[in-house]
Amino acid sequence: MVAHRSLTRIFAAPLVIAIVSTVGLISALVGDGWWDAVSWVALGLPVLLYLLFIWRRRPN
Amino acid sequence: MTATTKSLRRWGAVHKWTSLICTLFMLLLCITGLPLIFHDEIDDLLHSQVKSAEAPAGTPPADLDHLLANALARAPGKVPHFLIWDRDEPGAMWVSVGPTIDADPTNNLLIRMDTHTGAYLDSPDVTGRFTYIMLKLHTDMFAGLPGKLFLGLMGILFCVAIISGIVVYAPSMRKLRFGAYRVQRTRVVRWLDVHNLAGILLVAWTLVVGFTGVINTWAELVLKMWQFGQLAEMTAQYRDRPVPSKLASLNGAVEVARHAVPGMTPSFVAFPGTLFSSKSHYAVFLHGDTPLTSRLLKPALIDAETGTLTDSRDMPWYVSTLYVSQPLHFGDYGGMPLKIVWALLDILTIFILVTGVYLWLRRRKAGVSQERAIANAASIDTPALTS
Repeated sequence: MVAHRSLTRIFAAPLVIAIVSTVGLISALVGDGWWDAVSWVALGLPVLLYLLFIWRRRPN
Repeated sequence: MTATTKSLRRWGAVHKWTSLICTLFMLLLCITGLPLIFHDEIDDLLHSQVKSAEAPAGTPPADLDHLLANALARAPGKVPHFLIWDRDEPGAMWVSVGPTIDADPTNNLLIRMDTHTGAYLDSPDVTGRFTYIMLKLHTDMFAGLPGKLFLGLMGILFCVAIISGIVVYAPSMRKLRFGAYRVQRTRVVRWLDVHNLAGILLVAWTLVVGFTGVINTWAELVLKMWQFGQLAEMTAQYRDRPVPSKLASLNGAVEVARHAVPGMTPSFVAFPGTLFSSKSHYAVFLHGDTPLTSRLLKPALIDAETGTLTDSRDMPWYVSTLYVSQPLHFGDYGGMPLKIVWALLDILTIFILVTGVYLWLRRRKAGVSQERAIANAASIDTPALTS
């Protein structure tokens, strides 16, 4: 447990992820090739983070 | 009770009720939406179709009047409503025919034709297909426009649930690091963590896919608006003219449209008398060639008697909004990797829904007020819930 966290701290990471996701959603609409790749990575990030957080805390 | 706690309880109530009402339908939408992401691949796998002729790059397309005549020869007594270029298969086009020109086009027969030879390929009955059943369940639950609008309403509730979820995420995380997953704790704590983690990670995606889905449920209304607005305006002077007895060349009409709107490619032609045109025009709809502009259509109206251009305008903002919202809902605009990411995000959304229902059931059984539980994260640790 950590001490009481401020709203800024609670929402800092979610805000960054939401911005990255939005870039990913728009990127593939704008162009093909690299634009598509950007959206794969940007929208794949939430999935990756989910798996990372769930698996990291598994007891060994 | 402080004002903040009071307001958080209210947000908690909003989150609970909006979620509870829409959850069952959202589950249906997520589950049927999953195969729909891959509908082309599934159709290819389950259904064989006649291959179009090999055509090296630069092969000129068949004369469209010839292609149309070949199609109509296969459907005696029917009249053409639409001629459609296949987005994914350049070797094929579709002729959509109905019993009369004013018949409901959703019951039309679709005839697949070879773009380069103009020959008949096949006319598959898609209504029995797995993907068709999934699509109907996903768009209107076989209940037509009311079903669509109802699912749209559920989509709005889903968006409200997401936004209220962001608000109640804060008290839940006051004492936890971002991404906390308390693996040693009981299931209710672990599933709360999964719900919070997946929910907050997917906020942007679920909001966009949810809201663009809502916009899609209004498609028919938007097209009606266009029909009575811009289309009526463009064809006002022809309103009292009868349907021409003999139609000008279809191929000629498409050529005129191509020249009138350089740099754009024909997407479909609406025949005179259909929903998308007037009684005396061919409406040729053209699209651009970037992922975004390929979704935006521009109509060119061709006088069906003389074969000359009468008008061409960009479609109004509300139609463009509808067309741009489609890829953002379908996830079909960034190749196979994007489809796979879309599917994974859809599966995570199912996790959010299931864990949400579970948390509600557990708290109800334990006699804990949902609003209080949400407003005060510590209540998740009450003995009743950690047993």
